[in-house]
Amino acid sequence: MPTLPLLTHISLDKIVAWQKGAPISVEKFLADAAHLAVLLPSGKHILNICRDRYHFAVGLAAAIISNKVSLLPPTHTPEMVQQLQAFSAEVFCLHDNDDCTIALPKLRYPAMPEHAASNMAIPQIDAQQLVAIVFPSGSTGTPIPHAKKWGSLVRNVQAQDARLGLSENIGLSENKSYSIVGTVPPQHMYGFESTILLPLQSGNALSSTQPFYPADICSALQETPAPRILVSTPLHLRLLLDAELEVPELVLALSATAPLSNSLAHKAEASLKAPLLEIYGSTETGQIATRRTTQGEAWQLFPDVRLTQMIEHICAVGGHLESPVPLSDIIESTSAEHFLLHGRTQDLINIAGKRSSLANLNHHLNAIDGVIDGAFFMPDEASHDHVTRLSACVVAPSLTASNLLAALRTRIDPVFLPRPLLFVEALPRNSTGKLPREALKKLIANHVNPQHKTTEQSTTQPAQKMQNKRL
Amino acid sequence: MVENDPTLQLDIAELMVQALNLDTTATDIDPDAPLYGDGLGLDSIDILEVALVISKRYGLQLKADSEDNHRIFSSLHNLTDYVATHKTK
Repeated sequence: MPTLPLLTHISLDKIVAWQKGAPISVEKFLADAAHLAVLLPSGKHILNICRDRYHFAVGLAAAIISNKVSLLPPTHTPEMVQQLQAFSAEVFCLHDNDDCTIALPKLRYPAMPEHAASNMAIPQIDAQQLVAIVFPSGSTGTPIPHAKKWGSLVRNVQAQDARLGLSENIGLSENKSYSIVGTVPPQHMYGFESTILLPLQSGNALSSTQPFYPADICSALQETPAPRILVSTPLHLRLLLDAELEVPELVLALSATAPLSNSLAHKAEASLKAPLLEIYGSTETGQIATRRTTQGEAWQLFPDVRLTQMIEHICAVGGHLESPVPLSDIIESTSAEHFLLHGRTQDLINIAGKRSSLANLNHHLNAIDGVIDGAFFMPDEASHDHVTRLSACVVAPSLTASNLLAALRTRIDPVFLPRPLLFVEALPRNSTGKLPREALKKLIANHVNPQHKTTEQSTTQPAQKMQNKRL
Repeated sequence: MVENDPTLQLDIAELMVQALNLDTTATDIDPDAPLYGDGLGLDSIDILEVALVISKRYGLQLKADSEDNHRIFSSLHNLTDYVATHKTK
């Protein structure tokens, strides 16, 4: 049975992480994982919500060596947690936060014993072992589990490593490694791959931080030794540049979750003095392509991955993918290994890296008691680098905006909460009951356009006011 | 609770309304209601946007670890207090 190592560092004294400016060796990491593994409850499934990235990595390693499966849902709302429990009755939550409110059996990340050096071996993991289950949101409100095996995850980050040239340690003196600092959480596929698996599988080191403000990003970089790689998003990069702070030297920046505009990419490379690579992928496929945005629009597929048309979908095949996986973006192949991205298929929503679909959000909206009819609307994007918010129209005469938003908040991630939320008498459905996007767009435009607002005393005005009054 | 500078408080409220394109006016924001979650309904992306305009306007840098970040954004009142003590311009 083929196996692959938990990490690829060549000796136990190599550095696998940086925590508050201090290095953590492979040996300490393995000792911590072994210590935690003994404490894990008997359940097969673990929801690891540790904020400290090192804690997350130890939690993942402890789960893998105990043959447990990490669950990576798109959000941690109470409704999602219930669904995880329905998926697996014995799921438990590993956290490192005093105010953890997740309604599952909980284990707090323990204080680790001072480590006495011992001769630990780097564990070999069966390539077929199920390591994680990710949950892209389905259209009916029920997430669809998508299994990730160790071999496939490793092969995927090996391809990323080859593309970025990290293992070769180009330009690095002996005993040096890259430090990887991420602004994205390790609980979503991009952060999971690029800030956890990539350092583990390329012999490099992760930073335990999860910086929030631009000044936090700078101090996280400052306390981690060069050469540094920043794993980020268009949103964080734009705010970091706008803050005009002195950013510590980088050798590479990565961006994913939303397409980066060409102008931001140029500005970022000029200001950070480092190449900026964008990564393309999805929860289902993992990462499959990259591009250097300043050098062209086309995406270059990972070496063994190809795109193929299957009935009505473009699918990714080969490489780390065990079977063809349909892509939900509008894609134009320009050569065997290059393609252009023309936006997402209309139903899919990606706000600051959180993914859902209009169908899924509409399902949750209409499932609320008192909602007779309702629909979310995704406005045309004004700019890639600014976050575009959803709107919603709802027929719910017995509800106030605050009741409705409170009910939605337990079901969907806050980034999807509608702004504005308009109360209407009816939705402009056509004779077959369908709601054309254009009709919804017009209805919303009429209500939010200030010209109309002052002249039109429509039924939505009191509701909008009500929403304001709950402040 | 200490009364804070009403002009500063209104200026910050204006900055928030503009930066986030909020469906409300600056004077309508209850200074003691929470900005996160159930109050004004802001999320972490909003907080980042607000932090940026405030840092530019008042010459201060917000950090998640150094101060009680949650308290600063717990209300307009507390945010104004924080800006009043830390602003450099």
